[in-house]
Amino acid sequence: MKKITITSFIFIFCLASFELFAAESSIPLDKAPVDIKDNASLQRGAESFVNYCLTCHGANFMRYNRHRDIGFTNEQILDKLVHTGQKVGDLMQSAMRKKEGEEWFGVVPPDLSVIARSRGADWLYSYLRAFYRDESTATGWNNLVFDRAAMPHVLYQLQGEQKLIVKTSDKGEQKTLSLDKPGKLTTAEFDKFVGDLVNYLVYLGEPHANSRIDLGIKVMIFLLVMLILAYALKREYWRDIH
Amino acid sequence: MADSFSINERMSGRRKFLVAVTSVAGGVAGAAIATPFLLSMMPSERAKAAGAPVEVDISKLEPGMLLMVEWRGKVVWVLKRTPEMLASLTKIEGELADPASEKKQQPEYAKNATRSIKSEILVVEGVCTHLGCSPVFRKDIAPADLGPDWQGGFFCPCHGSKFDLAGRVYKSVPAPTNMVVPPHTYLTDSQLLIGSESEGAA
Amino acid sequence: MSIYNSMIAWIDKRFPLTSNWKAHLSEYYAPKNFNFWYYFGSLALLVLVNQIITGIFLTMNYKPDASLAFSSVEYIMRDVEYGWLIRYMHSTGASMFFIVVYLHMFRGMMYGSYRKPRELLWLVGMGIFFILMSLAFTGYILPWGQMSYWGAQVIVSMFGAIPVIGETLQQWLLGDFTLSDAALNRFFAYHVVTLPGLLIVLVFVHILALHETGSNNPDGIEIKANKNPKTGIPVDGIPFHPYYSVKDIVGVVVFLIVFCGIIFFAPEMGGYFLEYNNFVPANTLQTPDHIAPVWYFTPYYSMLRAVTVNFLGIDAKLWGVILMAGSVVIFCFLPWLDRSPVKSIRYKGPYFKTALTLFVISFFVLGWLGTKSPTPMYTLLAQIFTVVYFAFFILMPWYSKIDKVKPEPKRLVKE
Repeated sequence: MKKITITSFIFIFCLASFELFAAESSIPLDKAPVDIKDNASLQRGAESFVNYCLTCHGANFMRYNRHRDIGFTNEQILDKLVHTGQKVGDLMQSAMRKKEGEEWFGVVPPDLSVIARSRGADWLYSYLRAFYRDESTATGWNNLVFDRAAMPHVLYQLQGEQKLIVKTSDKGEQKTLSLDKPGKLTTAEFDKFVGDLVNYLVYLGEPHANSRIDLGIKVMIFLLVMLILAYALKREYWRDIH
Repeated sequence: MADSFSINERMSGRRKFLVAVTSVAGGVAGAAIATPFLLSMMPSERAKAAGAPVEVDISKLEPGMLLMVEWRGKVVWVLKRTPEMLASLTKIEGELADPASEKKQQPEYAKNATRSIKSEILVVEGVCTHLGCSPVFRKDIAPADLGPDWQGGFFCPCHGSKFDLAGRVYKSVPAPTNMVVPPHTYLTDSQLLIGSESEGAA
Repeated sequence: MSIYNSMIAWIDKRFPLTSNWKAHLSEYYAPKNFNFWYYFGSLALLVLVNQIITGIFLTMNYKPDASLAFSSVEYIMRDVEYGWLIRYMHSTGASMFFIVVYLHMFRGMMYGSYRKPRELLWLVGMGIFFILMSLAFTGYILPWGQMSYWGAQVIVSMFGAIPVIGETLQQWLLGDFTLSDAALNRFFAYHVVTLPGLLIVLVFVHILALHETGSNNPDGIEIKANKNPKTGIPVDGIPFHPYYSVKDIVGVVVFLIVFCGIIFFAPEMGGYFLEYNNFVPANTLQTPDHIAPVWYFTPYYSMLRAVTVNFLGIDAKLWGVILMAGSVVIFCFLPWLDRSPVKSIRYKGPYFKTALTLFVISFFVLGWLGTKSPTPMYTLLAQIFTVVYFAFFILMPWYSKIDKVKPEPKRLVKE
């Protein structure tokens, strides 16, 4: 019995994976404007993250004082990012308890520390801009990129409300979104807002990325010099043999 | 070395030079690679965060009372000394190894007769400078085991070191130096910050 | 100098330092025509050292506990100074180990390095390869991400396919009725103690066996057959040190350029070295959308799922497991499958060359298919190339014997 379960299990998931892949790839993702050297964008993104995401999600692997990376001082971090009375060296924990999340959304909102590394920036950028009104769901919202997402549209006051338009042509169904009620921001402003937020999430996924690349360039230069030396040495010795 | 290739004979100047330069470059590379590995063993960000300065409210501290505070996993004593206790400090100076606190066991601002910022409040790490045990606070005067001259102080049960009420070490005990006064400052009259001299680092 | 010499003499009386230095380096005579393919042995040793050192430093901060493992890895990546570098060196090193070892094995297949008198050398090498696979598997579980968990789930389930004892064996391996903290904890023990210990011993034996027979070369002829009558040194041999030590340094630097390029500029390597789904903590209730093993296991994984029908009274699942195990074990038989009168591909005929080419193609196609979700089309492809893969081995006694070979030269050919 157990064998059958496991086999069918593997089989179903392999099959399901194909189905899901097919479903997901049918919606082309928009390219996220990622530039992890743009501190101004990252700082805007960090503030938005703290204001809109951190209420429900945590970033439990990230310390507040790490934001000195993106040009904040300790005072600015305490002033702009720490709203929960935590210390500057503390981890960015969510204000919400796990239990509450499960009660409110049916699932615990995932930790966002490495979300950009698992989902990818383009997916996040598309997802956060793809909410639309759907009265058939529990939250009243649905998402074109992530069907029946448990998360409500947290940014709707900024973006406004979108609705789904389904066109049927000989190529099959085509789903697009259109803005029904405008929000506080124009579409261009909202795209920039989400762009900054996603840029920050990319930074959050790998805060050391900039120093990694800087160090890498130095290492490469050294290795190229080393290569010249090693090759010269090898040729010098091998003159004995040729 | 090898018979058929007598390499040593052919060690031309160019060859010697290349061997030397490559060896130096290899040595530099080795040191460079070792650095991140050695640095990874320093206290991590978590340890640093846990070792952040601690705020202590001392408004309820009665004279003669000792408050224990944890900072960086060590015990820090905050002792509010009575006038009698303060008076005893000068009486026993002759028996102390370093009565004027010449050795750098305290920040500059605590290098004074009471080893403190405010004379009645002593802030000192409760760690014996001999081998790291935590001494016992003995405020009883002239007890049987410590002798008739004992004016109150700290006694280390591990190896018998004695310190006075300013954390100064007695002569002829195993501990070599006075107890350490950690960096500290007063945020307000009753708010003490241990571990830092400036507010910003909190 | 005399202090140095007398120090060496002091040691030599107590430990065979100079004699070993001579036997394995300065008077170990290697054929003088080593080409590109002969870098990968020493590079494998380099990667081994890298894995051991970075591994030791990772264990200083890693926690083999199902509730802490994932966060301890992120702790290493963020809170430990240069932890990210050490972790990327280890994760990239794992993939590079396989790249280097695959190329090293392919070299052996091209130049007939497994042939007499090097059969045992080849078998020890295969032992190293098995240990390496086990190390990769146990290591991949440790971050306790979604791919760690579900990848391990699939592999462990394979043991359940073994008749009669399967289910008990599986529980014994896991120490639980399902993949859990108990398994994580013991796989950690295997990964950091048992397997590396075995690996080091086998690598040592591998090198000893190599230095007993002497290295093969691209011409596949024995340099020991042609010695200088006065000195007894092979006329086509040169001392390993300094000639191959300086040459290998060049190889090492080129390798490091590639290695560091990945570590510093593409540590995830497009999701092949560090899979995206492994940045999601293990969730025992939900399989990720798409599961695939790490790239170095995908050829075997393709064969595992290529069998879809029961035959000969054995069900498809067990056939899959048999094929998967067989595809690796069958390398061990190469020394006895090859009946060609020559060793090197340089003198072998068109049959062998075609067979080896087809084998390489099937290895790559199966590897690529292993990263994809199966469709009927892909499954059919996997079945065809599984047959090609095995045909290379099973038909070898026949095609290697009837092949038209060129005569081997008496001395190494100058390039």
